[in-house]
Amino acid sequence: MRGLIEDDYVTEEGEFVINMGPQHPSTHGVLHLKVWLDGETVKKVQPHLGYIHRSIEKMSESLSYRNFIFATSRMDYLAAHINNEACALTVEKGLQLEVPDRAKYIRTILAELTRLQSHLLWWGCTGLDLGAVTPFFYAFREREFIMEIMEETCGARLTQNFMVPGGVMYDIHPNFQKRTKEVLSQIKGKFQEYDNIMTGNVIFENRTKGVGFLSKEDAISYGVTGPTARASGVSCDIRKLIPYSAYNQVQFDEILDNGGDCYARYMIRMQEMKQSVSIIEQLIDNIPEGEFQAKTKNVIKLPKGEFYQRVETPRGELGVFIVSDGAASPYRIKYRSPGFSNLSALPLMAKGGKIGDLVAIMSTIDLVIPDIDR
Amino acid sequence: MKILLTYSFSSFATYVHNLLADLIINPMLLHVTEMVITGVSLIAFLVILCFFLGYMERRVAAFMEIRLGPNRVGPKGSLQIVADTVKLLLKEGLTPDSADKFLFNLAPVIMVIGSMMVIAPIAFAKDFQLYDINIGVLYVSAVSSLGVIGILMAGWSSNNKYSLLGAMRSGAQIVSYELSVGLSLISIVVLSGSLSLGDIVRSQENGWWIIKGHIPVMISFVIFVIASTAEINRAPFDLAEADQELTGGFHTEYAGMKFAMFLLSEYINLFVVSAIAATLFLGGWMPFHIGGLDGFNHIMDFIPSSIWFFSKTFLIIFIIMWFRWTFPRLRVDQLLTLEWKYLLPISMVNVIIITVMAIMGWHL
Repeated sequence: MRGLIEDDYVTEEGEFVINMGPQHPSTHGVLHLKVWLDGETVKKVQPHLGYIHRSIEKMSESLSYRNFIFATSRMDYLAAHINNEACALTVEKGLQLEVPDRAKYIRTILAELTRLQSHLLWWGCTGLDLGAVTPFFYAFREREFIMEIMEETCGARLTQNFMVPGGVMYDIHPNFQKRTKEVLSQIKGKFQEYDNIMTGNVIFENRTKGVGFLSKEDAISYGVTGPTARASGVSCDIRKLIPYSAYNQVQFDEILDNGGDCYARYMIRMQEMKQSVSIIEQLIDNIPEGEFQAKTKNVIKLPKGEFYQRVETPRGELGVFIVSDGAASPYRIKYRSPGFSNLSALPLMAKGGKIGDLVAIMSTIDLVIPDIDR
Repeated sequence: MKILLTYSFSSFATYVHNLLADLIINPMLLHVTEMVITGVSLIAFLVILCFFLGYMERRVAAFMEIRLGPNRVGPKGSLQIVADTVKLLLKEGLTPDSADKFLFNLAPVIMVIGSMMVIAPIAFAKDFQLYDINIGVLYVSAVSSLGVIGILMAGWSSNNKYSLLGAMRSGAQIVSYELSVGLSLISIVVLSGSLSLGDIVRSQENGWWIIKGHIPVMISFVIFVIASTAEINRAPFDLAEADQELTGGFHTEYAGMKFAMFLLSEYINLFVVSAIAATLFLGGWMPFHIGGLDGFNHIMDFIPSSIWFFSKTFLIIFIIMWFRWTFPRLRVDQLLTLEWKYLLPISMVNVIIITVMAIMGWHL
């Protein structure tokens, strides 16, 4: 604590400390960054967390194995399906439960749709953070159709609770396949439009190229995962390394880039959207018939022990760690959230840049604050 | 119909002048009365103009962003901006406790006065000009840089770190881009041989400068539009405001009518800059003429000169709005690089080329 307090002092002549957040338009939530400035140049950044801490991990200790999943929709609210899936997979691992193929396929399709809408939202927000307002509306036009599919099948648009231990809660809506295919063909036509308005723009390239460099070694040592790490050349796609659900049934590429800057992170996500589209296309016509949920007991009790499952969310690796003492609710739960580790590399990346660079870096890391604080 | 086509604002002005001259015998009093009438009608005109520009900006933005824009208050949402103004008028004009109260309240006024003063030498129609000052171009470039004082004042007196950063950015930005604007203005002054805006318009009788001046004038037109977009702090050069970085920059602490005055001055500046560009490069109120083709020129003369002026001005306003809704914002060092490494050297060379062109008479 002593060190922290000493850090708060302004040590040099002309040093300038501003607090970005907890109420600031480009921190996308209640993140608080304390920024030491020398004119426009960022000398030091210190993230202060905890403004939206809801103690989801502690709360889960008093919930049953069916119910604790629902709280995770509120962690990374842009990837509710994938959070739920991670928890469901952990419980299934504990129960050694075989999930029906149909459920696996539905899970994978929904997870990829989630990734697609999350990346679309990220794309719009990146434009907004860099000062271009129009991309936001373009992104939301396509995202809306995905949200409608979610609404139809899962009953919710944002914080879905569709994955349950053993499979999915309900069977898919009769329109699901038809509408998903419609949306995919629409989105595929729009990628060119996205590139036209953002990717090739000179101002955009100047704002992102060479900005916020993160080396491969630093990415590994800070535990950075997801597109942020893949932009630094770290191969870390859990879908490829430890396939879960139906990811071993599909062909897709892990996108890697050695740039390490904001532009590389941007390009990685743009490519990943295309990969998601291709994954869904491979699965959507081949959903097997059969049960959508395996039979489970009314009260789920995990055997005594420790269980861990990793999944790939749009932001990186989400780990769920459950310690069970054999009771009907977990003894201890720990989430390894991607946002927290990725944020820890922000001070390194932002150092020496301008205020505008800090905003660009924050938006290309794609922070979701409730995911960091939980 | 004939009356409508040949009607000009100057005849209306003469009519009002004669009417007043009959009523008021004292020439001094007559002069003062006329000035007051002009001032009041100018302010009314500018406020209505800003309403229109605000509405236009929203509609243009909505058009670019595939949405509808204002469409509830009044026909096609045209009264939305009036409703917003009423809201801003009724809001509390908050002054922060630790602010320098005098400067804080003075800053928006200076901004508005600075931008309104630039209107004086602009010719709105044939023979319709508030004051054809013989150093019009110099006056415009001198007065238009008053705005930065208002911005610096607002940023400093707010006693807010974001505001201060925004104000400092704006200071560096306007001082730099003033150079390119000045050099573009000079290129037309060299060609037309006059500083008076009235003379400059008349010098384009057989072709606008952008056509007569060949490629060098086109270059200086492009530089003028870019640099003046930066000078009036509009996106992609809106670093002084930079919502996503500085949460509004120099006007972070302002609310209510004081905030509205910043908006007012922004829109007046937008209009002024476009009007100057239209006057210098696109011939102002001068119809589209081609030297030698008298028949064609007569047909063009049938369109009233005020329509020519306003359509050119609004074309440039639309282009500047188009910038705002498509481009991301530049970073502060890139902004200065653009000016000092690209625009300034290009415009310097360009002025030399145009001077040679003027001496050799290639533009005639």
